[in-house]
Amino acid sequence: MSDSLASPPSRAAILEILDTVKDPEVPVLSVRELGIVRNVEVDASGAVTVTVTPTYSGCPAIQVIEDDILAALADAGITNARVVTSYAPAWTTDWIGPDARAKLKAYGIAPPRPVEQGGLVQLLRARTAPPCPYCDSRDTEIRSEFGPTACKSVCWCRSCGQPFEEFKSF
Amino acid sequence: MTAPSVLPSPPPAPHDELELLLRLGDDRLVLGHRLSEWCGHAPILEEDIALANVALDLLGQATMLLRRAGEVEGKGRDEDALAYWREAVEFRNCLLVEQPNEDFGFTIARQFLFDVYAVVTLDALSRSTNAEVAAIAAKSLKEAKYHVRHSGEWMLMLGDGTEESHRRVQRALDELWRFTPELFAADDVAARLAAQGIGPDLPALRAQWHTLVSEVVERATLTLPHESSHTPHLHGGRTGMHSEHLGHLLAEMQIVARSHPGAKW
Repeated sequence: MSDSLASPPSRAAILEILDTVKDPEVPVLSVRELGIVRNVEVDASGAVTVTVTPTYSGCPAIQVIEDDILAALADAGITNARVVTSYAPAWTTDWIGPDARAKLKAYGIAPPRPVEQGGLVQLLRARTAPPCPYCDSRDTEIRSEFGPTACKSVCWCRSCGQPFEEFKSF
Repeated sequence: MTAPSVLPSPPPAPHDELELLLRLGDDRLVLGHRLSEWCGHAPILEEDIALANVALDLLGQATMLLRRAGEVEGKGRDEDALAYWREAVEFRNCLLVEQPNEDFGFTIARQFLFDVYAVVTLDALSRSTNAEVAAIAAKSLKEAKYHVRHSGEWMLMLGDGTEESHRRVQRALDELWRFTPELFAADDVAARLAAQGIGPDLPALRAQWHTLVSEVVERATLTLPHESSHTPHLHGGRTGMHSEHLGHLLAEMQIVARSHPGAKW
């Protein structure tokens, strides 16, 4: 009721709220830093539409993320809001910026490397392991390209003996 | 206003688009379920997690495809209704994906044959004239490239591994080969979809698939099964004629939803 009396929320204010919504699996990054939020619109009536894109098709976090976005907006008094999903263009780790990559590394996750172009089946090209986010050694190996979440691989540092995760380039 | 002398060509029959979405979606739903049967049983922890991850990707792709199928059908069925409330004869998956897991080598060989099929068809579908299909395909292709690297590397390890692993994965290839012609068979629906640029030109993609599969099979010191007139080529999945295995799979997959309709968890 008070919503209809208040002036429509500004786009900038909504983006600020979205900065506080963290990815449930990678809680050092916000949904904006991950590139999941593709668009924010406020129409004349003040209705808010947030467009998101899923990371991996089967990522179970996407439903949680949608709920978290609506909850954060509601906490700020914005209840006339909805989240819509878009598939194109497909999400890529190239949308994760330098600041966010630094946060990932500090959190112990090797940041994603640039997405390789071309090559339908890159099967026979050996993939190099990322440097260790703890000791920066390049003496590392990929133990499995499928880690505890869809977006991460499991690696091992031979220098410091530390297992670590890599945010897969995608 | 004058009537046009030539009627404009009709828009693509919704039936064909629906069939395409069901074929693509059901392949992934059924194979994703098969892989999920390994959860807790794979030979090593990393592999258990990897197979579950691939299963999850496939189920996610199936969700997008079947949701769209429900929209195109226009009868108010969502992806859950299509997954849990259809009978085996209504499923449009290929026979390859419903074959039981058997041993790890068999599961990997089945996965590899499908993964290569997935990358070549998704690559073509990412250029579909149907924007929804193209968007889902482009997204799924990125995942399929990880899948094929996983199953392909296992083909190399098992084929060029021990005498036993070689024997088992070779047996799997020999056993599964008869299910592969179905992947590239174009019936009337597939031919119409290809002509409209909505679906892939399946027969034309077979050579690319064959080249990629052969390359890995040879490096894995395995032998590509011979095409022989005696080898039965098994078809029928795309029109709902399935092996006995699908019914058992669906019974397990659908029982909770059917026992507790509308339940939320």
